[in-house]
Amino acid sequence: MYIYDDFDRTLVDERVREFRDQVNRRLSGELTEEEFKPLRLMNGVYLQLHAYMLRIAIPYGTLSSDQMRTLAHVARRYDRNYGHFTTRQNIQFNWIKLEELPDAMADLAQAGLHGMQTSGNCVRNVTTDQWAGVAPGEIEDPRIWAELLRQHLTLHPEFSFLPRKFKIALTASAHDRAAVKIHDIGLHMHRNGAGETGFEVMVGGGLGRTPFLGKTIKPFLPKRDLLSYVEAIIRTYNQYGRRDNIYKARIKILVHELGAEKFAREVEEEWQSIKDGALALDPAVVADIAARFRYPDYEALKDDPPELAKARADNRFRVWLDNSVANHKLPGYAIVTLSLKPEGGPPGDATARQMDSIADLAERYSFGEIRVGHEQNLALPHVAQRDLPALWRALDEIGVATPNVNLISDIIACPGLDYCSLANARSIPVAQEIARRFKDLDLARNLGRLHINISGCINACGHHHIGHIGILGIEKNGEEYYQVTIGGRADENAELGKILGPAVPYGEIADVVEDIAAAYLELRERPGELFIDTVARVGVDPFKERVYATR
Amino acid sequence: MTSPLQQKLKVTGPVVVTANRLGDGAVVYRSADGSWTKDLAAAAVVTTTPAAIELLTAALDDKLKAVDAYVAPVELMPQRVLPGNLRERIRFNGPTIAWPGDH
Repeated sequence: MYIYDDFDRTLVDERVREFRDQVNRRLSGELTEEEFKPLRLMNGVYLQLHAYMLRIAIPYGTLSSDQMRTLAHVARRYDRNYGHFTTRQNIQFNWIKLEELPDAMADLAQAGLHGMQTSGNCVRNVTTDQWAGVAPGEIEDPRIWAELLRQHLTLHPEFSFLPRKFKIALTASAHDRAAVKIHDIGLHMHRNGAGETGFEVMVGGGLGRTPFLGKTIKPFLPKRDLLSYVEAIIRTYNQYGRRDNIYKARIKILVHELGAEKFAREVEEEWQSIKDGALALDPAVVADIAARFRYPDYEALKDDPPELAKARADNRFRVWLDNSVANHKLPGYAIVTLSLKPEGGPPGDATARQMDSIADLAERYSFGEIRVGHEQNLALPHVAQRDLPALWRALDEIGVATPNVNLISDIIACPGLDYCSLANARSIPVAQEIARRFKDLDLARNLGRLHINISGCINACGHHHIGHIGILGIEKNGEEYYQVTIGGRADENAELGKILGPAVPYGEIADVVEDIAAAYLELRERPGELFIDTVARVGVDPFKERVYATR
Repeated sequence: MTSPLQQKLKVTGPVVVTANRLGDGAVVYRSADGSWTKDLAAAAVVTTTPAAIELLTAALDDKLKAVDAYVAPVELMPQRVLPGNLRERIRFNGPTIAWPGDH
């Protein structure tokens, strides 16, 4: 866990006081909606179909048990007993009243939580690998660098009114769990030929109506230069990014139109003028940040303790173990993913009671720490293997032990037309119907790793472009239709999916997914060939033929 | 369903003016007496573009009670007024899915 200091607490408290005053002035009529809207957006407050929505940042996806309890309290006291974990390590409450928002924010601030920069044309929550700090083989904990970026870019006066929103993600593992290539800036820590640690810097990734993968403009950036180089990128974007057309305002359009090489030259020129100035990172500053990340007082344990070996006799436990438990960097420990994708549940939703229980279980079994991943699941990062059987029973009891992690029913979905004022079509009922069709775990396991991403509109909050199967909701003559892509992926080999064919109506979309799954089972070379590899090998056409042969 | 706020106003059937209540964001409809109501049946229904513009203009002039007013289609049934499209049905009835129940 990162330990906030007085500066952080004061900043958040001052923002709550400021926002309370702004809300009071809006409710009294002193501020018009036009004046108030940008102020509420700066604090993560949207107006959705049915109510205000509050988005709260979970920096680099790390939550303490106390913070999770605070989220449960807010869900219970100010909302309707649940919250929605998003694809960018945030949580959203869908039913908050404007009149009560300042009180909710004050309660969140007590736990160091806030909605600053979760909306608006600024640098959003910096995200990273939900297994940061515990993943085997990781170069170092990327959260230290995420925190440095967070501190530098929070309320950065030059970057508070960018042409459009700006998202940064970083990872320090060879396998990218943070989807860095679809971010405005993606940072991938690695070692150069001399064994030094630094960042590959990618820019111009993003989805939405014009999807692009990030392009590498700096294969190796020394760590001392992280802030200055990021500053140079955002400064270049701020200067040249388009402000005349909202659809062309993201950095991805600028990089595409200028070309990555020319953009890189512009950044380089700017960087050379600032790289040895105040933003050059002093190792003492980095060490100070690193020292504020407290790591558990791990025991010296061995892998495969007797408690675990004995519990494997239970088939349900074994299935969950194989599916939801990953290796930890230390022997005797494990990383446990909590599926927020139960059959019939909205993807990413957790009830207040579940949040409280997870907080308790994290305290008991994971040194009081919880992680949030972009797949809309949670993780307990420090679980002793001997505790896995007891933890599984407790997780099962509260409905977060569905052993479908990374399987076809582990669907990423935006809130869609059920909540969102921008959506064209519903996402959640589509996810629920697909999950119902594949509730047979033997079938799901036979299909293997298969990511479905669903977005209810072209803004792509459900990241449909990088789903192995991507589903985009559109509207045709007042009816919901869904366009399907296949072959997308978000990892280190990121690809954008290819369109399968004409959109299909709401009533047929789950059938289409079943057809794609059936075609895959026939087309794969062997049971171990993943869906995504089969698509890469055979292309889209065999799937297209299967899906559209009878439509 | 393209956001109604982005649509040019062209009325071809019965419509109401709807918005979100300032204090809590609840879905409300403009009534004939110039107040806002959560009851769609109590909303003012108009059928021509000039009448809709008049109703919307008055609604937008109310800066204090409701936010983001726009014109939305309705269906007139015997003794009932129903939302005219899926988006408006969801706004009126709430999400089409069950909320996560507490365990």
